[in-house]
Amino acid sequence: MRKILLVIQREYLTRVRKRSFIVMTILGPILMASAFVVPMYLATLTDDKEKVVTVLDETGWFYEKFADTEEFNFEYTTEDLESAKFDMVEQDDFALLYIPRRELTVPSSAVLYSLKQPGVDMKSYIRNVMSKEVELQKLRINLDEMDLSEEDHERAMKLPELIKTSIQLSTMKIDETGGEEETFTEIMMAVAFTSGLIIYMFIFIFGAQVLRGVMEEKTSRIIEIMVSSVKPFQLMMGKIVGIAMVGLTQFLLWVLLTFTIVSVFQVSFADQMPGPDVRMAITNQGTEGIAKTTPDTSEIARVFEIIDSIQYEVILLSFLFFFLGGYLLYAALFAAIGSAVDSETDTQQFMLPVTLPLFLSFIVANIVVYDPDGKVAIWFSMIPFTSPVVMMARIPFGVPIEQIWISAGLLVLGFIFTTWLAARIYRTGILMYGKKVSYKELWKWITYKN
Amino acid sequence: MALFVTENVSKHYAGHVALDKVSIEVPHQSIFGLLGPNGAGKTSLIRIINRITGPDEGKLYFDGEPLHPRHINNIGYLPEERGLYRKMRVGEHAMYLARLKGLSKREATIKLKEWFEKFSIENWWNKKVEELSKGMQQKVQFIVTVLHEPELLIFDEPFSGFDPINVSILKEEILKLRDKGATIIFSTHNMESVEELCDHIALIDRSKKILDGKVSDIKKQYRSRTYRIVFDHFDGIISNHLDDGFKILNEEEDEDHRYASISLGEGVQSKDLLQRLAPHININAYNEVIPTMNDIFISAVKDNEGK
Repeated sequence: MRKILLVIQREYLTRVRKRSFIVMTILGPILMASAFVVPMYLATLTDDKEKVVTVLDETGWFYEKFADTEEFNFEYTTEDLESAKFDMVEQDDFALLYIPRRELTVPSSAVLYSLKQPGVDMKSYIRNVMSKEVELQKLRINLDEMDLSEEDHERAMKLPELIKTSIQLSTMKIDETGGEEETFTEIMMAVAFTSGLIIYMFIFIFGAQVLRGVMEEKTSRIIEIMVSSVKPFQLMMGKIVGIAMVGLTQFLLWVLLTFTIVSVFQVSFADQMPGPDVRMAITNQGTEGIAKTTPDTSEIARVFEIIDSIQYEVILLSFLFFFLGGYLLYAALFAAIGSAVDSETDTQQFMLPVTLPLFLSFIVANIVVYDPDGKVAIWFSMIPFTSPVVMMARIPFGVPIEQIWISAGLLVLGFIFTTWLAARIYRTGILMYGKKVSYKELWKWITYKN
Repeated sequence: MALFVTENVSKHYAGHVALDKVSIEVPHQSIFGLLGPNGAGKTSLIRIINRITGPDEGKLYFDGEPLHPRHINNIGYLPEERGLYRKMRVGEHAMYLARLKGLSKREATIKLKEWFEKFSIENWWNKKVEELSKGMQQKVQFIVTVLHEPELLIFDEPFSGFDPINVSILKEEILKLRDKGATIIFSTHNMESVEELCDHIALIDRSKKILDGKVSDIKKQYRSRTYRIVFDHFDGIISNHLDDGFKILNEEEDEDHRYASISLGEGVQSKDLLQRLAPHININAYNEVIPTMNDIFISAVKDNEGK
């Protein structure tokens, strides 16, 4: 036991001190945090200086129709186009909106002159305001012809506003206590998919480290020195456990650092955080004007509410379990492969049967997020070779507890089996050189008694 | 009494016999040469002694007791093909191997410092293993093999990769270890070092032990009653002065002298040869040809092939 601990310690320390580990540990959270932070930060980047948009409206339809936003101030001019353009450059205005007069027809086009590329929101805002105004005018002309009473006319004018509907689809999940829990499928899918992906990546990355570690020991003949003081099984388990701890360390540091970065950012930018309308302007390029933002603001609030309502403890705990289980299962197989071959090129024939189920589980996870309680999802989340990734992709949606227990139990049996199998291959393979190993040969190693 | 005994040890690998009823006795405080051509089964035997693999048949005794896992900490093994973790620091690596052998951190540190001083490599402590040359790495490996002062040391080709100066340092250290009480099993193809170091040998060929015993006894056994004379040039041939009791094995000459190796027949003594030749030639040197370990090795293996 003391020897296993020494092996674990060495495997752990040499890896944790590596430059690549430190770089990855720092880089990972920065990447993850930036996924949260960058959009927030960009929102604060809006210029403090008010951007002036001069409107040269030859039709006279849109006078005072553009409401000022936090970002843009609209000013109106009656100069001719040339001098308006000149003024814009001179005064360093943001843009000049030129709406030419059309004899006989309603205005249907406009030109936006600007020194910088105008944003999508700006263009869609102008388009929205204009088309709404034109629609309204068209409506008025049509209504005028219908000879309605003053009252009806007024009511009819309000119709477009009245019939306007925006559909928001929210899904409700009812838990066993009968309470309602608001869920938002897309967010859950993202969480599910990300957890599945991370497990998949971790198993691959750290499994490959086991493979490389075992091969290093074999090809550099350290193993010859080691086996006289430790049993092959101790060496194999020590390596597997040591690297598992490296993986856990990395993961926990990532979680910790990501949370730290995000919350530090939130605190230091709290006062600069965009108000509802600007956030709105970023997320919504929809049909409504920037001024009317109330429903969408609450939608954002709800997104945050849902993110907050995710059961992080459950996800984190099951992540740890399924990562460890899946890793142990595959790492043993990777160790067996590493012990059986003499060089990297020989690994290919044995890698496929090991990586195939892992890869399959990743593909299945892609399907599972759309149908987390379907037959495919349930079966693949039970089979030990695919369950870590697939189960992880189901858990954010809520999985019956007994299914989790069965899956967990099977996974434990699974890795005990692969470890047993791997140990038998390892003890022979690790000291076997210059022999091209076939599956038949492996089978011999597994079956013969010490 | 023997420190290590194997009794009829056999080992089979799928389809071939690696060891066939090999029995050896390694006396206390001796240097025991384990010799044999490539692929004869030496490494298999060494691995069994180290308990890396188990024998299919046969018994092993360490100091009179059946070999037990706890004996492992009393054995130091320097394998022929050996490596170190390239990315580790030398001191750290040595500590790791020492502690795997059961030494406490304190003990290991003290002893390592001692040995590093002895080999004057203290400044390697913080170097990375990959910065060391192969020979330098071997020194470190040698140190960690003997560090825990085991009763039994097994060296498999310990001198390969060393320059002559380091070989002589190492030989000295090996002899010192023996004098301090260690028993050493020494496997090599270098017959010169066998002559220099070994007290006992066992020769294994094609998975069987074909020869063993004290080096001096074996040499006696292989004496072929051959004598070599060195004499001045003269007009004539020496065979004219010898009869059937003498067989001239070969004759050579150079500018200064002529040489002949002559084996003596049944009932003939070395003085008879001198008596016959002395009147006719000027003899400069006359001595019995003692077989070298090299000769013994070759002739024993050839005899075994004939069987």
